[in-house]
Amino acid sequence: MAAESTAGAGTADGLSLPPRAVSGKRAALGDRVYTVLVLASVWLVLSLAAGLVVALIWESWEAIRSFGFHFLVTSQWDPVAGEFGALPFIYGTLVSSALALLIAVPLSLGAAIFLAELAPSWVRPPISFLIEMLAAVPSVVYGLWGIFVLVPWLRDWVQPILGRTLGFLPLFQGPPYGIGMLAAGMILSIMVVPYITSVSREILLAVPGAQREAALGLGATRWETTRMAVLRYGRSGLIGAILLGLGRALGETMAVTMVIGNRPEIAASLFAPGYTMASVLANEFTEATSDLYVSALVEIGLLLLVVTVVVNGLARLLVWTVGGPARGGRE
Amino acid sequence: MSSATRRFTNAAMSGLTLAAALLVICPLLLIFGFLLYQGASAINVDFFLHLPKPVGEVGGGVANAIVGSLIMIALAVSLGLPVGILGGVYLAESRDRRLPWVLRFVADVMNGVPSIVFGIFAYTVVVIPMRRFSALAGGLALGLIMVPIVLRTTEEMVRLVPNALREAGLGLGLPEWKVSLRIVIPAARAGIITGVMVAVARIAGETAPLLFTALGNRFWQQGLDQPIAALPLQIYAYAIAPYDDWHRQAWAGALVLITLVFLASLAARLATRGRAIAR
Repeated sequence: MAAESTAGAGTADGLSLPPRAVSGKRAALGDRVYTVLVLASVWLVLSLAAGLVVALIWESWEAIRSFGFHFLVTSQWDPVAGEFGALPFIYGTLVSSALALLIAVPLSLGAAIFLAELAPSWVRPPISFLIEMLAAVPSVVYGLWGIFVLVPWLRDWVQPILGRTLGFLPLFQGPPYGIGMLAAGMILSIMVVPYITSVSREILLAVPGAQREAALGLGATRWETTRMAVLRYGRSGLIGAILLGLGRALGETMAVTMVIGNRPEIAASLFAPGYTMASVLANEFTEATSDLYVSALVEIGLLLLVVTVVVNGLARLLVWTVGGPARGGRE
Repeated sequence: MSSATRRFTNAAMSGLTLAAALLVICPLLLIFGFLLYQGASAINVDFFLHLPKPVGEVGGGVANAIVGSLIMIALAVSLGLPVGILGGVYLAESRDRRLPWVLRFVADVMNGVPSIVFGIFAYTVVVIPMRRFSALAGGLALGLIMVPIVLRTTEEMVRLVPNALREAGLGLGLPEWKVSLRIVIPAARAGIITGVMVAVARIAGETAPLLFTALGNRFWQQGLDQPIAALPLQIYAYAIAPYDDWHRQAWAGALVLITLVFLASLAARLATRGRAIAR
């Protein structure tokens, strides 16, 4: 805080402060109180973040001790018998998120390129605005729409057609329930698109204009400029944007819980119901009766935390390499 | 490559990216269409003024859930607002080498932590010691989600305040705390309000962190240490229940919720329209 540096010069960067000549004792006290308050909130944020990790490890210790590494690789989830293996949930989270990215990445990058590079300037604001609105829709509303609109559409149209045409692949076999992995992946893709689009758009806008001018000056078309001069320059930031989307998809809870079917099984078909780490927390936390059960659920939460922190940390560093730390903070 | 091929590729890619942009906004239109179509017919005055009816009876409202949501948002704001703003001012003005970097990184990573994990945290530090679900636990979980958003927006906005303003204040002999609280923060006010409204819009729709903190309640709230209803929880409960009338109410609730969320987003936009900060 600036208060500490008033004694010194502080001319190196930022504001340079005059020596304290006028301020009396009361001001000095005020400054000290203010500094303490500011630093207190800084340390409160940091300790809450640390407390989050500690609390989750503490509460899941019993499960960690009882199951160890087996927790991650066994698929027996039987609260009555006290058997807990998280594999089906890990699998469901990974597959639904991968499916979501598969659909969302080309669309979002396309939309971001359109908005940052190719669109005439008058269409940019309204489309950006609509995409931002998409990010503001609450998860439970997506879930509601998923149950009553997306799922029936998948069941009556998409899945029968996929089954007839691509049914020789194990991915598209089995009865068309509507609810299941495919529905989860699709609703997730709709939800992560606005994040990936808006961060990628900011990354593209942060690419220096000289990059484009150089390519255009050599006679490249708009698209060639975008591909060779802009996308290549912003590549690490774009990967960061995709990872931010992945982080969202991994932890998304309500919409997925409402459409995935919530069955702890590993099936090859995308038509089959599944379960994710976040959904099992949403469904079973209030019903967990034994300490071990709660502990196992908290351990799933801890896993989710670790995975999303790693993904997001990586994403932030990549985004910062292009735009600097000030960018990508707000979504 | 011939120039015709290159021109064709250029046109084709422009077309494809346009198609992507249009396809991306399709779901928004579909969702809105269905919300209006399904929700509007179920909304009436009773919906805003009455408690939910017992199972099997048609009608009733979500008045308690709206009040519960507002109470928990207020609780969250009372944690998220001061901590977020002070932390943001610190990020913008500190000249320390390491701590701001750490705080910024922690805030950005916290912003990506799934909201349900904050729910588990509130469960372990409030619900377990108090031995019951409560509005306090829900407010804590929502407040934690709010902090990083307010913090980072405040930082961005405070950075935009011209140094000349600070220097003018300091030159007149004002102590630094007064410069911060009376000059810098008011100058960045519009932007900070935007950050707060964005955060409120986000937490107003959060469901997952409330499932096992606030729990939900079919009656009026009975104190901050008791389970409390919330609009998103009510929508979730109605959506997965097997009754048609409840589905109808879920749509109506979703329409009300999304209207609240968009009003908050709109307020956020209007606060800073045309100018990044008040100068």
